[in-house]
Amino acid sequence: MDLSQLKRRSDFEWEIPQRGAMRVPAVIYASEALMREMDQKVYEQAVNVATLPGIVKASYAMPDAHWGYGFPIGGVAAFDPAEGGVVSAGGVGFDISCGVRCLHTGLARADVMAVQKELAEMLYYRIPAGVGSTGAIHLNETEMDAMLAGGAKWAVERGWGEAADLERTEERGQMPHAKPGNVSALAKKRQRDEMGTLGSGNHYLEVQEVTEVYDEAIARAFGLARGDIVVMIHCGSRGLGHQIGTEYLKRMAIAAPQHGIRLPDRELACAPIESDVGQDYLGAMRAAINCALANRQILTHLVRKVFADVLPQARLALLYDVSHNTCKVEEHRADGGTRRLYVHRKGATRAFGPGHPDIPEALRAAGQPVLIGGSMGTGSYVLAGTGESEARSFSSACHGAGRAMSRHQALRTWKGRQVIDALASRGIVVKSPSMRGVAEEAPEAYKDVSAVVDAADLAGLAKKVARVEPLVCIKG
Amino acid sequence: MPAPEHALNGRWEHYPHGADIGVRGFGATKAEAFEQAALALTAAVADPAAVEPREAVAIECEAPDDELLFAEWLNRLVYEMATRRMLFSRFAVRLEGTRLAGEARGEPVDSARHHPAVEVKGATYTTLRVAREDGGWVAQTVVDV
Repeated sequence: MDLSQLKRRSDFEWEIPQRGAMRVPAVIYASEALMREMDQKVYEQAVNVATLPGIVKASYAMPDAHWGYGFPIGGVAAFDPAEGGVVSAGGVGFDISCGVRCLHTGLARADVMAVQKELAEMLYYRIPAGVGSTGAIHLNETEMDAMLAGGAKWAVERGWGEAADLERTEERGQMPHAKPGNVSALAKKRQRDEMGTLGSGNHYLEVQEVTEVYDEAIARAFGLARGDIVVMIHCGSRGLGHQIGTEYLKRMAIAAPQHGIRLPDRELACAPIESDVGQDYLGAMRAAINCALANRQILTHLVRKVFADVLPQARLALLYDVSHNTCKVEEHRADGGTRRLYVHRKGATRAFGPGHPDIPEALRAAGQPVLIGGSMGTGSYVLAGTGESEARSFSSACHGAGRAMSRHQALRTWKGRQVIDALASRGIVVKSPSMRGVAEEAPEAYKDVSAVVDAADLAGLAKKVARVEPLVCIKG
Repeated sequence: MPAPEHALNGRWEHYPHGADIGVRGFGATKAEAFEQAALALTAAVADPAAVEPREAVAIECEAPDDELLFAEWLNRLVYEMATRRMLFSRFAVRLEGTRLAGEARGEPVDSARHHPAVEVKGATYTTLRVAREDGGWVAQTVVDV
């Protein structure tokens, strides 16, 4: 990115001053090194978002921001319905409520290493992953609607999980105000056989070891210590969310002129919150959030069954489940008062600071766990929300490493087998139905997740708590 | 990835987009550019040459303009790929104003033979373009994978 057009507010905060059609400034949080590597498109997209009606304070981009669709990936924007604020399908993304769930296991490295290959084989065999895979759960129309209204709570009621899981899931496992009736028959059909599937692309399930603890007190509150084994699941709302995103993108693009919204680019398609399209989308999008929560809950159940067979001494308790593609109604301080805003996070993680009432009671004093997925070779991070991020980014932080290289280029650079062998030599077992998929997801195709997390920490968006590194990776 | 010739005048290619893949079709006609871009869509998942055009699926869609119609065509293909668990390798498109009537031929996904790499979530409007170019037509957009 050309930094000459930005105003440096601090070492980790860069402002694009308000100009032209911008209603607010844009703010990017990153180190100078990350800024220089960042795609120029992030600049353009952050500026475009700042032109949308009803936007409050600023259009934000997180340290892992990269070129998205309309909104940058790593983008955060809040809109006020009382000021003609909008909701945007592109501002949430196709994979609605894609997110990360982290489970304790109560195991140590030696326990896993003794059965590492067997555990990997069993997880790979029992967790449906990759293109065209189907789950064992097939929902009829009534159950589909019950799932879309009930989320993880529905899954637990059906026997896929424990009541305690819900306390550790955003929205306590059930997104309110979901409208299954706003979800098309096509979207429901697309989901019929996809419950309890991992998906493909950058989605994964990993068994990881806590290799570093940065904040002992918060780590203790989160139940994490060096040498602990955890399981991380990264996936979203599967075909249902993708179809809802697709359909509402088109509806919003067509309806925008009727609402008097002039889009700098069609991909910014949005609708006033207080419009039929806007309300229809919100109801459908919330149903998709429930679908993602239910899906990660079912996957958790499948993982528990595998551990029960392979490592019966394990006790898989949920640390936290947090999404990074959402639009949620939240109260935030802005312009000297508290306002009810529609906060879009596209590839950005909600990061409520200590004391926030939406954080599970046992974790409340420590701050909300922020789960950051890295690439399969480098490791992932657990962070905690801070008090300062409320003023900085509507309590939001980064979500991952972000790609440094296109899939195309990765494919020309590596072979899947070569990637798997290289990781095996470092003690990491990778299982995937697609060698090409593995090559496209090669660790070196991603930016340095440590640099992203450090920037989020130093910018005050979230506090670094622990680093985890994979021992087993199931790639979709 | 080198673009194989699947039609006399048409060809397709991928172009990079940060985390995702751009699909672009060239043709003597707009319909042919749509068909070629559909091949690029398949190639984002697997090698189209490995996909037998055994079963036909009819596709009809409508949108207010060429670009939205093109995105809709790709999205209908994404939907058929996902719900039928198929891959397609031969396409026929007929355009009448704002309507498209087409056919996609392919076969069920066979992981051992097709080695599918990624699911396509949907066609975005990023870099979406349908235009005349060099005496022919180009149709392109980024697909989210």
